[in-house]
Parts: sequence; C-alpha cells; structure tokens
Amino acid sequence: MTDDNHEPSYLQVNGQTIPVDPEGYLRHLEDWNDAVAEQLAQEEGITLSEAHWEVLQVLRQFYQQFEMSPAMRPLIKAISAQLGSDKGKSIYLMSLFPGSPAKLASKIAGLPKPTNCL
Amino acid sequence: MSDTKKSFLIINRKAPYGSSAARDALDVALTISVFEQPLSLLFMDDAVLQLLPDHQATLIGQKNLSANLSMLEMYDIDQLYVCQQALSLRGIRPDDITLNITLLDSQGIASLIKQQDHVLSF
Repeated sequence: MTDDNHEPSYLQVNGQTIPVDPEGYLRHLEDWNDAVAEQLAQEEGITLSEAHWEVLQVLRQFYQQFEMSPAMRPLIKAISAQLGSDKGKSIYLMSLFPGSPAKLASKIAGLPKPTNCL
Repeated sequence: MSDTKKSFLIINRKAPYGSSAARDALDVALTISVFEQPLSLLFMDDAVLQLLPDHQATLIGQKNLSANLSMLEMYDIDQLYVCQQALSLRGIRPDDITLNITLLDSQGIASLIKQQDHVLSF
C-alpha cells in the first residue's frame, strides 16, 4: 500500500483502491463517502465522532457553494453561522482536528487542500 | 499581528477565463487577507465579466470563479468596487451582479487609487 517511503498514494477502503495525492488528499472528490472519511481520519489518528461529522458537513457545504476549501478564518465563520458561536472557535476546532484544523478537516472531508492557509 | 498596516487595492482587468489573471488576483487577495491588511478589489474593463453569476466553468474544466468571488465576504473582504463605465459598455446592469459591490465613476476610481499604499493590477 505504501511506495517510496512516502505516504501512500492509494487508500484502501472496503477493497476499493482510492487514489490520493502525496499529502493524502483525495484526487477525485467524488470518491468520498463515510467509509472513506473514516479511513482518511484513521490515517491521521482521529476517530470520527458526531462533533467531527458536523464540522465535515459544514466544510462540504462550503465547498459546494464556493468551490474552494476555506482557510481557518472563513472556516470559523462558517462553523459559527451553522453550528453556533461556541463551536466557531479555533480552540474547539483544534481539539477535533489538532494541528491545522482547516487543512486536516478538508482532507478528511475529501476536499482539496485549502490555499493561502498559514 | 503588528500594527504596521498597509492598504492594498487589487485592480482586476481581465475576463474570468482565458488567462490566469483573475485566478491570480483572487489568490493574492486571499493571501493579503490572511495578513489582515486593509484590502479593496476593483473590477474594470473585461474583469466586470467575472462578476456575472452562473458561470458554467466545469465545461472547460475550470473552477467557477463567480462562486469563488462570492466567498470573499467569508474572508472579510467586503470592499468591492466596479467601474460603472465598464459595465455600461458591456450592457451589464448593476442588478445583474449578485455580489454586494459599489459602483464607481472614473473620478471615484481615481480617488480610490489615491487612498492606497499599494496597488496591484491583474
């Protein structure tokens, strides 16, 4: 499943082989489903809870509307608007998706890596 | 963030597809917003075509630029201006634009440019 000592360029989900880029983002957005999300999360050491799923849902909607993955600030804004201001905080998102929430959550949501995300 | 703020104006002049100018301008705008600098966007010439809704960009394998532009307010980029003359020359009515944007005549454009520390043209 791995090649070149890098991250796998394929994801194995229920016997299906799903291509991902060298950073682990899905190559084809339409490959995404719940099982793929769980596998992507597992690669990052995350077990998806209800709290994760609702963030992923907001991200997917954001992408559908604007055709881009959000950086941190617009992500927080979108989460605040849809899930309430107590969840629209970077500390909350950091607790779910440690490190760089915008990048990590986009990856698990099957979306491209957000650009201009510091 | 330090208190050294510089104001930026990005001038868009090119049609949405056919060159990477519009995409480049958007990338720069989003980058400037990350640094929380005061930012305005001005659409002139063929760039007013970027503002029309319902681009069918997937047909040419591109991202829908008008969808991307409607995302700007999520980045707190809300100082959007459009050249009135460019609109009327192309038969576009202000109502055709769904973005919240301010119309400027050439005098208004001149004073907008004059207020800026940096002006980037695409």
